[in-house]
Amino acid sequence: VNRRRATVELGSLGLDGGGDILVKLALAEQQTGDEIGVRGTHPDLAGHLATWCRQHGHRWRTPAEGTTDGAIGIIERGPAVSARWVGAQHAGHADPTRAGAIDADPPGDWGLAARGATIEPGGPTPQFRIHRRDEVWTDRAAALYAQATAAQWDPTKAIDWNAPIDHNQRVEAAVVQVMTFLIENEEAALVVPARFLGQIHPHFREVQQFIAVTVADEARHIEVFTRRATMNGNDLALSTVGGRASLQTLLDEPDYAIASFLLSVMGEGTFVSLLSFLERHAPDPVTRQISYLTRNDEARHVAFSLAHLERHTRIEPDLRSRLARAVEQRHRALQNTSGLNDDVFDALVLLAAGDDTPEAVRSGWHHVQHLQHEMNDARAARLARLGFTTGEAEALSSLHTRNFM
Amino acid sequence: MTITRPFTLGAVAYDPKVVTIWEGFTDWFATQGFAFDYVLYSSYETQAEAHIAGHVDVTWDSPLAWVRTRRLAAAAGRRASAVAMRDTDQDLTSVVLVRADSDITDVAHLAGRTVSTGAIDSPQATLLPLAHLANFGLDPGTSFDVRRFDVMVTKHGDHVGGERDAVKALVSGEVDAACVIDGNQLLFAKEGTIEPDAVRILTRTGLYDHCTMTVLDDIDQTVVDRFVELLLSMSFDDPNVRPLLQLEGLRQWRTGRTTGYTQLEAAVDRLGFYDTDGTIIVEGYPR
Repeated sequence: VNRRRATVELGSLGLDGGGDILVKLALAEQQTGDEIGVRGTHPDLAGHLATWCRQHGHRWRTPAEGTTDGAIGIIERGPAVSARWVGAQHAGHADPTRAGAIDADPPGDWGLAARGATIEPGGPTPQFRIHRRDEVWTDRAAALYAQATAAQWDPTKAIDWNAPIDHNQRVEAAVVQVMTFLIENEEAALVVPARFLGQIHPHFREVQQFIAVTVADEARHIEVFTRRATMNGNDLALSTVGGRASLQTLLDEPDYAIASFLLSVMGEGTFVSLLSFLERHAPDPVTRQISYLTRNDEARHVAFSLAHLERHTRIEPDLRSRLARAVEQRHRALQNTSGLNDDVFDALVLLAAGDDTPEAVRSGWHHVQHLQHEMNDARAARLARLGFTTGEAEALSSLHTRNFM
Repeated sequence: MTITRPFTLGAVAYDPKVVTIWEGFTDWFATQGFAFDYVLYSSYETQAEAHIAGHVDVTWDSPLAWVRTRRLAAAAGRRASAVAMRDTDQDLTSVVLVRADSDITDVAHLAGRTVSTGAIDSPQATLLPLAHLANFGLDPGTSFDVRRFDVMVTKHGDHVGGERDAVKALVSGEVDAACVIDGNQLLFAKEGTIEPDAVRILTRTGLYDHCTMTVLDDIDQTVVDRFVELLLSMSFDDPNVRPLLQLEGLRQWRTGRTTGYTQLEAAVDRLGFYDTDGTIIVEGYPR
């Protein structure tokens, strides 16, 4: 027996102005076969409702004389309304901290749907190559993403581009050479995560968001390094085959864990040391400010990479030997290249020297030697966090590209 | 007749989605072990003639194509049957709209006015509503002017464009009344062509049926029965089938009936569209 459950009141609102939305809301609260009454004064309401019911698979009837409570008609809810929910699955939960929120291997046909949505079965099955939780996930992703968005800076406002440049032209040429080197390295740091970004299943939303901001960070870094290099009217300097060959090995790495390890733990981590060096020793305030701002971003990228790789190596201890092999392989691949180009090394010395006198160069040389030790020690410390023994960490660190990234 | 080809359906290509629809149905029928194929025609008139000539086994007919096929078949001493239709094909109406502030409050007030319609061959937006007005003693073209919007003629008004143009002419004040199928009034309201409360229904036709799957009497009935059985088994709850049903605009297939075509048969006679043998007699039709 069908039961009249509710009456929807439309007033003068017609189905030509949104009345059907109120009708749908009322029907949504009912079961198939239940009835609702509709009251309203729009002159074409009954006819419109008859049409609408036919189109939407509901049954429409006008009430018998004398049985009406002012309803102009009765709608019996048809079965089609709930069809999309038949067999529909919950795609985890929006809140990543809830139990079961993050699926271990979300199906492809969840596609672009929001995590936590109810997924109507069927539809396209997009291929997201990186779809296993243990390959990408870290519980820290949401917090690091929040940090990243809070730490965004505007290159125009965050840097005092009018600060004075007091050093001589030779030192300025060294700054330009270093900036030229930084730009191509940051290009790699943009392109590598960007390539993976579109391959990560959208279920891992926080990871995706973090990487998206990372890409935006690198875009900004490329902007400020370029602006610094050219602010005094200089052209950019030399890009060497050796430098680009080293970066190419990062672009060629198809495995997300290995690419993230080589780029962020090894490369960007080393860059944190380099930018910290530039922040301390750059001859002008603009370069120092840029180095400070970019270093903060890079440190966050390293933290994210360490976080997901710590989790991944814990779950899959064999990953460590794959990571070690990747470092060795990259070392072998780059054995016959020249490593860090002399121009960059010399430029770092001159930049830290701040002048082209013998005494200044002696000091700059000393700082760069110290930098190389610091880079090596910090790399080894990061490797230790991933569970490598001290001996392994030192050995692997020493095999890292001489090109820094 | 012995079927030596897949059971072949004729349909009219009024929109690119028609290919998607029938490709989808072909694949689905294959999963059910039923050999099915389709042929697309550019015009319902060609399709009806091809059906009579035996080029296809079933046609997905507009209501007007049903009328013509039935008449052509009868003239040849044969019989056409309507075997299946969509739930949304049953009990439709057409409406004659006027602007809400119009002084036209009675059908008789249309005398001397201008009424817009869909294409010359649109059952829902031309033939049925004009015949409906004629039943009130208003002779189209004589008692009132008809402004026809001939969009995709020979496709029997399947393209909604003619009706949309007819309604735009009403809203802009070019005409005094417009004829559309009931569902399109709601569609045009939703898409913003009609502002809320901007128009009202002056009069509504009686209930009629729309499209049908038509077969002729020389076909293997067991194959037709299987075809209809499969259509009726299609469930809106099935995610593999639902997209096809949504594209074709239905929730459920129903067995066919011909009781819903009486009004259109009368309209075709009254307005002189086909003669009783199914010959096209209307003037200005490009066939």
